[in-house]
Amino acid sequence: MKKSVFIGALTAATLVAGVAGAATLDDVKARGELICGVNTGLVGFAAPDANGNWSGFDVAICQAVAGAVLGDPSKVKYVPTSGQTRFTALGSGEVDLLARNTTWTFSRDTDLKLQFTATNYYDGQGFMVRKDSGVTSAKELDGASVCIQTGTTTELNLADYFKANNMSYQPITVDSNAEGEQQFLAGACDAYTTDASGLAATRAAFANPKDYVILPEIISKEPLAPAVRQGDDQWTDIVRWTIFALIAAEEYGVTSANIDELAKGTENPEVNRLLGTEGDLGAMIGLDKNWAVNAIKANGNYGEIFAATIGEQTPIGLARGLNAQWTQGGLMYAPPFR
Amino acid sequence: MTTAPDAPEHTGFRLSQLIYDTRYRSITIQIVVLFLVMGFVGWLVDNTIQNLNALGKDFNYGFLSQRAGYDIGNALIPYNNDMSHGRALLVGLLNTLWVSFLGCITATVIGVIVGVLRLSKNWLVGRLMTIYVEVFRNIPVLLWILVAIALLTEAAPSPNQYKVNPATGEAQTSMVLESVAFTNRYTAIPSIHFDRSLGSLDTALAPISLNFLAIVVVLLASWFAVKLVNKRAARVQEATGVRPTTLWTNLAIWVLPVAILVTALGINPEEPVLKGFNFVKGTNVSNAFVALWAGLSLYTAAFIAEIVRAGILAVSKGQTEAAFALGLRANRTMSLVILPQALRVIIPPLISQYLNLTKNSSLAIAVGYLDLRGTLGGITLNQTGRELEAITLMMLIYLVISLLISGGMNVFNNRVKLKER
Repeated sequence: MKKSVFIGALTAATLVAGVAGAATLDDVKARGELICGVNTGLVGFAAPDANGNWSGFDVAICQAVAGAVLGDPSKVKYVPTSGQTRFTALGSGEVDLLARNTTWTFSRDTDLKLQFTATNYYDGQGFMVRKDSGVTSAKELDGASVCIQTGTTTELNLADYFKANNMSYQPITVDSNAEGEQQFLAGACDAYTTDASGLAATRAAFANPKDYVILPEIISKEPLAPAVRQGDDQWTDIVRWTIFALIAAEEYGVTSANIDELAKGTENPEVNRLLGTEGDLGAMIGLDKNWAVNAIKANGNYGEIFAATIGEQTPIGLARGLNAQWTQGGLMYAPPFR
Repeated sequence: MTTAPDAPEHTGFRLSQLIYDTRYRSITIQIVVLFLVMGFVGWLVDNTIQNLNALGKDFNYGFLSQRAGYDIGNALIPYNNDMSHGRALLVGLLNTLWVSFLGCITATVIGVIVGVLRLSKNWLVGRLMTIYVEVFRNIPVLLWILVAIALLTEAAPSPNQYKVNPATGEAQTSMVLESVAFTNRYTAIPSIHFDRSLGSLDTALAPISLNFLAIVVVLLASWFAVKLVNKRAARVQEATGVRPTTLWTNLAIWVLPVAILVTALGINPEEPVLKGFNFVKGTNVSNAFVALWAGLSLYTAAFIAEIVRAGILAVSKGQTEAAFALGLRANRTMSLVILPQALRVIIPPLISQYLNLTKNSSLAIAVGYLDLRGTLGGITLNQTGRELEAITLMMLIYLVISLLISGGMNVFNNRVKLKER
């Protein structure tokens, strides 16, 4: 009797704790801070500077969401996660949002109980080799040692690609991008493989980036998307539509420079709805009227973020390619704000 | 009607006796603690079930039969990415067992030598061994493994430096004895090749070459024959007092049959050849494996050395003096009198060192050697997202390995310990 009462009380306690964790929006508001899972350090996407301030393409998403929810893009706590720990960190509630160049796949979406919000970067897996190795195509990599980060989709793509092309390889497993970089530079592997954007970012951090080439073959589709836990639809909507707001802002020409001007009201009803001068989109999503204004103000629209963190003017030097607006022949397409 | 408060009138059991009566108190405490422990375990299980439900996850091991899809660099049994996660688990488990087994052997050999030498009367040798022990056992083993991999990766040339330049006809680096190449990825050594094969036996685990099996059978037969010869020698010694020389007969029994067999099978070494990016043929022993092996062995050997030293010092000096008085030389005294007695002190702590080494082998992930932690607890866990299942299974496997080692060593301990009659 005594025991069953005891366990009953504990069960009740855990139940209460479990339910309290469900509404992420309330948690974030109560905490006054968004906890964002990011990469342990990938220049251009998420990396801390000498003062410990995080910046990058993924970090900008965190800041935009913090802007939309809390009105202050600086209220973000960054939790560095490795390829191995990221889903556990999200699933256990350690982070509210995982913005860590994570590929949207079927099994992750369904079996891992994640909810991918919206693709913010269309990527593909590539290879990087030393220039003096004379390799110009991934098809010439038969018998090579390939450094590969464990716990990623790239591991499976690599196995499939070599099998499809009837080639053999020696996998050299590494735990993080930093370790892969070190092994590759030391010559312990002939090629380093990860997402092409990651390769460009990694190469930008080398002492002599010109001594290394990224091979033309892209062997997979890697739509990178920020993810949240399954089962909290409101929170999913907030993150998803914050990203869409950034993309739509670029399409409608809303930039960090003119947003204050446009927020007073424009001729374009779609822009007015987005910026909260018309309609009541903020209330529908459970946020302030000017949620999108705050999100865009954080680091500018999608195009501005891209240009500032990984674009052609940065050391990483990625072209827009698939990530251009749909009006420019790319895949970035935000559903209508109405 | 009065009652004296200091004279209880009824002698039956009262509830307060559970706390104030020393006869019952210990039982009361034990029952309360038992309930607390059961409650805590119940809470853990319940909490897990609640949280799994909240996440919409179930608990099942079905993923072990799904296609793994990833490759493993150093597999001891045939493996490719079409095989199941269960097979990958097995590959990892064998890698764990292999590095632990070799590690235990080298750690013991180095440990015994260092432990004995540390007691040496030679000042320099004694001090050097002290330095070895103190340096290795006081720095975390992970750092030793990382130092080893860094040395191997940074110091050795890359495979393409062995490439012969067609213009000059020379390579930047040449192979040791024309057959061994140290590179920053692996050490390429010749593998054993038989011209004539007896075929192979297909088992579920791996195909076993019948040549190899034949050699093992012959060696077992030799071992048995040597035992017979020794028994006979002991009989002669007991009857006549003179032990016949068995060294040459035994050596012949060990060497000749195997030599004849392998010659008949046409044994020859297959030397590694550089082709494309890497050495092919031969056997490539990966640096990750060597670094892990060296790190674990050197670290654990320092502890074993101290155990051996303590064991030897535990045997009283009178034993040595008695042996000398009987005319035994120093090395015979050590092997016949001191070490057998010291073993009784040495073996129990040695068991825990073996267990430590085996468990420390899970640091393999630091150098990218895919052991059980790397396959089941690393890639499989990540690709399937079955954290709870994978970690629970991994804990269970390590527990079973440790219990087996400690069980085996206890049997050995029972055989050498002092028999009281």
